[in-house]
Amino acid sequence: MTVSEKGELRLYVTGATLLSTRAIENIQDLIQEELQGVYAYEIVDVLERPDLADEDGIFATPTLVRRSPAPVRKLIGDLSDRELVLSSLRMGPRRQPAGGPGQREST
Amino acid sequence: MTDRAPAVGIPRLEVGIPGFDVVAEGGIPAARSTLVAGTAGSGKTLLGVQYLVAGIERYGQGGVLVTFEEPADEIMRNVRSLGWDLRAHHAAGRLGIVDVAGVAGEEIFEAGQFDFQGLLARVERAIEKVSAVRVVLDSLTGIFPQFTDQHAVRRELARVTARLRALGVTTVMTAERSEEYGPIARYGVEEFVADNVVILRHPLNRERRRRTLEILKFRGAPHQHGEYPFSIDGRSGVTVIPLAETGLKTRALPYRSSIGKPAVDKMCGGGIFQDSIVLVSGATGTGKTMMVTEFLAAGLRSGQRGLFFSFEESRPQILRNAASWGVDFGDAEAEGMLRIDSRYPERLGLEDLLVEMRHQIEEFRPKRLAIDSLSVLDRVSSGALFREFVVGMTSLIKEFELVAMCTSTADLGGGTQSTELTPVSTITDTIIVLRYLERASEVHRCLTILKMRGSAHDKTIREYTIGDTGMELGGPVSGATGILTGSSAVQDDPPPP
Repeated sequence: MTVSEKGELRLYVTGATLLSTRAIENIQDLIQEELQGVYAYEIVDVLERPDLADEDGIFATPTLVRRSPAPVRKLIGDLSDRELVLSSLRMGPRRQPAGGPGQREST
Repeated sequence: MTDRAPAVGIPRLEVGIPGFDVVAEGGIPAARSTLVAGTAGSGKTLLGVQYLVAGIERYGQGGVLVTFEEPADEIMRNVRSLGWDLRAHHAAGRLGIVDVAGVAGEEIFEAGQFDFQGLLARVERAIEKVSAVRVVLDSLTGIFPQFTDQHAVRRELARVTARLRALGVTTVMTAERSEEYGPIARYGVEEFVADNVVILRHPLNRERRRRTLEILKFRGAPHQHGEYPFSIDGRSGVTVIPLAETGLKTRALPYRSSIGKPAVDKMCGGGIFQDSIVLVSGATGTGKTMMVTEFLAAGLRSGQRGLFFSFEESRPQILRNAASWGVDFGDAEAEGMLRIDSRYPERLGLEDLLVEMRHQIEEFRPKRLAIDSLSVLDRVSSGALFREFVVGMTSLIKEFELVAMCTSTADLGGGTQSTELTPVSTITDTIIVLRYLERASEVHRCLTILKMRGSAHDKTIREYTIGDTGMELGGPVSGATGILTGSSAVQDDPPPP
C-alpha cells in the first residue's frame, strides 16, 4: 500500500476533557503500534469547528470517523475498547454474512 | 430560585398554536423544557415543528430543530404541504437545523465512554447563529437504541437539558410512548429531562381516531387539567380545542340586536344580547329554518355579516326557501355579507368541523352565526363528542363575540328533547320553543320563550302563521297545555266542575 492510498481518520473531541484526552492517546497508540502507515488522521475540536461536526453528523463525543475507505464507520467513545477499534479499522468492508435471498414479506 | 416560586410568577412563553395557550393558561414555562409525549403518529413532531414555525412567523423568535430520528430533509418535505417553508426560514437565518438522524449506510460502533458534548456544541452554535428563543429536540426516544450504555444516555441528556436551561432557551422535547394510558414515555425520559409534560393521545373511539392533548404537569405553574381534543388539518396543523369555561370572559354585552322579527324581539324584552346563543327547538315544519333565515336577514339589514352552517339543506334549497319568505340570500352572498356553508357532517368529525368553523370565522369575520341543526350533529356522533363540540362552539362564539342561533329538532309530538340536548340548553342564553297545537280539530303553530338569560321576557304562548314575509306573530293562546311535554292542545272550555 502506498502513502497515497492511506485511509482517512478524523477524531472529533470537545476541548480538553478527560474523554477527549483519553481518546487522543488511544488512537495515537493504536496507529503507532498496529496501523502504522495505514491511516492518515486528524484531530478536530468540535468547539472550534462545529461546521465540520455538522458535516459528519457528530452527536456523541469523542467520535472517530473513518472517512475512507468506504463504508464510513463511526467509533463512538474514548476508544478504550481496543479490540473493537482495531477490528473496525481493518481496511475494506467487514465481511458481512451472505445476505441470502431475504425473506419475502407476507402481505 | 426554587420551584416553589409563586405560581403566578413563572414566566410563560406564548406558544402560538391555536388553542394551546388557552389550555396552558398563557403558554409553556419559559426557559424550561417541556416534554411532549405520545404514541407513534400522535402528532409530536408536527407539534414541535409548529412550535418553531409559530415562533418565527408570529413572534419573530429564532428556532433550532434538533432531529434525532427523522432526517431534517424528510421533516421539511412533510410539513411543506402546511405552507411551512422550513428551508426558507433556514436560508433566512431564522431556523437552525442540527441533524443527528444518522446517515443511511454508515456503521456505528460504541468503543468506550462517551458524552454528548459534541451535540451540545453544535446546538449552541445553531442557537447563537439564529438567536434562538425556541429549541426542539425530536425525539429523545430515538436516541436510546443507538447506544448500549443507557445509563450514559440518561446522564448526558440530563446535562443537555440543564445546559439549554442555562442558555435561557425554551425547549420542547418529544418522546414516544408505547400505550395511550401507560407510562409517560419510553425509557422513563420524563424523570430526568423535563419539568413539564404534555401528552398527546389518539385512541380509537367508535371506529374513529380522536386526538387529545393533556397537560400532565407544569412544575409550579397553573394549567387546565384533563384531555382537550385537537385536530390536525392541512391548513394550520395542530389546533387545540379549549373546552368548558376555559378562558371565557363572558362579558354580558348590554347591546341588544334583533332576532329577526320585531314582534319576537319584543317578547324577548327588546331583542337578543350580543355575544349570546339562541336555541330554536321545534318539530319538523314548525319554521326553525325560517327563524334562522330571518335572524340572518335582520343582521344583514344592520350591516352584520352572517355565516350559515347548514347540515340539512343544500344551498339551492336554502336560497329558494329564503326567497319564499322575502329574503334575498343570493345578493347578500354576492356582496360578501353572507356565507352559506352547506355540508354533510357525516363526512367530517366534529373536532374537524369545529376547526373548520374556526377557520371560516377567522376568515370571514361574521357577526352572526347560524347552525341548522345541532340535532344532526348529535345524531352522527357519540354523546361525549357532541358535548365537547357544543362547548367548543360556545367558546368560539364568545371568543369572536358573535350572536348565534342554533336549531334542534324535536319529535313531531313536540316533546322536549332536553335529555339529548342537555349540553346545548345549559349553554344557551335564550331558548325559543316552536310547537304544533291542536285546536278545534285544526293544527296551529305556537311559540314561547322558555328562557331569556339576563332579562325579563314575555312568558305567554303565542300563535303564529307562516306567510310571504315569514313569521307572523298572533295573539296569546289561552288555555294551551302540554307545550313542553309534547301533547299540546287547547282546552277552549274549562272542564265542568
